Amino acid sequence: MKLECKNVWEHISEYLDQQLDPKLLTDIEKHLENCEVCSAILDSTRNILILTADNRTYELPVGYSERLHARLEKVIREKKPSENEPA
Amino acid sequence: MPATIEREKELIARIIAGETDLFHELIRPYERMVYLSILTMLRNDQEAEDAAQEVMINAFRHLKSFRGDAKFSTWLVTIAMNEARQRLRKAKAAQFESLDQTKEDREGDFTPAVLTDWREIPSEALEKKEMRQKLRGAVEQLPPIYREVLVLRDLEELNQEETASALGIPVTLVKVRLHRARMMLQKMLAPYLSTTAPAKKGFFGRMFQ
Repeated sequence: MKLECKNVWEHISEYLDQQLDPKLLTDIEKHLENCEVCSAILDSTRNILILTADNRTYELPVGYSERLHARLEKVIREKKPSENEPA
Repeated sequence: MPATIEREKELIARIIAGETDLFHELIRPYERMVYLSILTMLRNDQEAEDAAQEVMINAFRHLKSFRGDAKFSTWLVTIAMNEARQRLRKAKAAQFESLDQTKEDREGDFTPAVLTDWREIPSEALEKKEMRQKLRGAVEQLPPIYREVLVLRDLEELNQEETASALGIPVTLVKVRLHRARMMLQKMLAPYLSTTAPAKKGFFGRMFQ
């Protein structure tokens, strides 16, 4: 089946997650070979997601871990989990 | 990296049995995950840190209720997302965005930024503060129902089922929202990023539709 760009866009996410059924995958790959627009959209989406997920994009605040464990330590000293009601 | 499942199970059992100090070790692999998932929802460093602490405290207090039918990380991120949602709801009156107002877009109602010439942005570009801010800013602009799915799937790398379970929504909705979220990011970021990338010979004359 010949796909239009719009049909390809609808499946970009599934394409990236490798969830397309083989028939559709073949059609989309065929389309991508000949369509600069869709290839660019696919590549840019993938690239953007990689950059966003990179550890450098989000940094933990300095001292976050120390403050977290210090506060936890107080709670742990107060009470043992077995003394609590289940959630 | 998170400890093995067996090690985690053992830790949990021992903590419940009274070796409470081990809780520090149990949560260490997930500190970043909990903070990040909350930060992206609340968009405020300080509040995110406070909320992350609350989440860990809650996890400690209710550890007994963790049954082990889900992964500990999924259980933890569920608590984190609930905490974030609760705080968002509280803030809702003051803001315009609504968590409950799900207002799904109509099917097919999304258009990516159309480019013909995409130059891959190398990850070294993240050394620039401006680049990192731009990416975080785009994520922040996503409506919360899309943002939460994107964060769990693409930042925390939970699978579809874990994401659905953590958010209490069906897998089908995870897929739909993830797709929208990714397309929205592409639309926001691709035009900006393509102008920051080194110029390549243009592909002129190709207009889309």
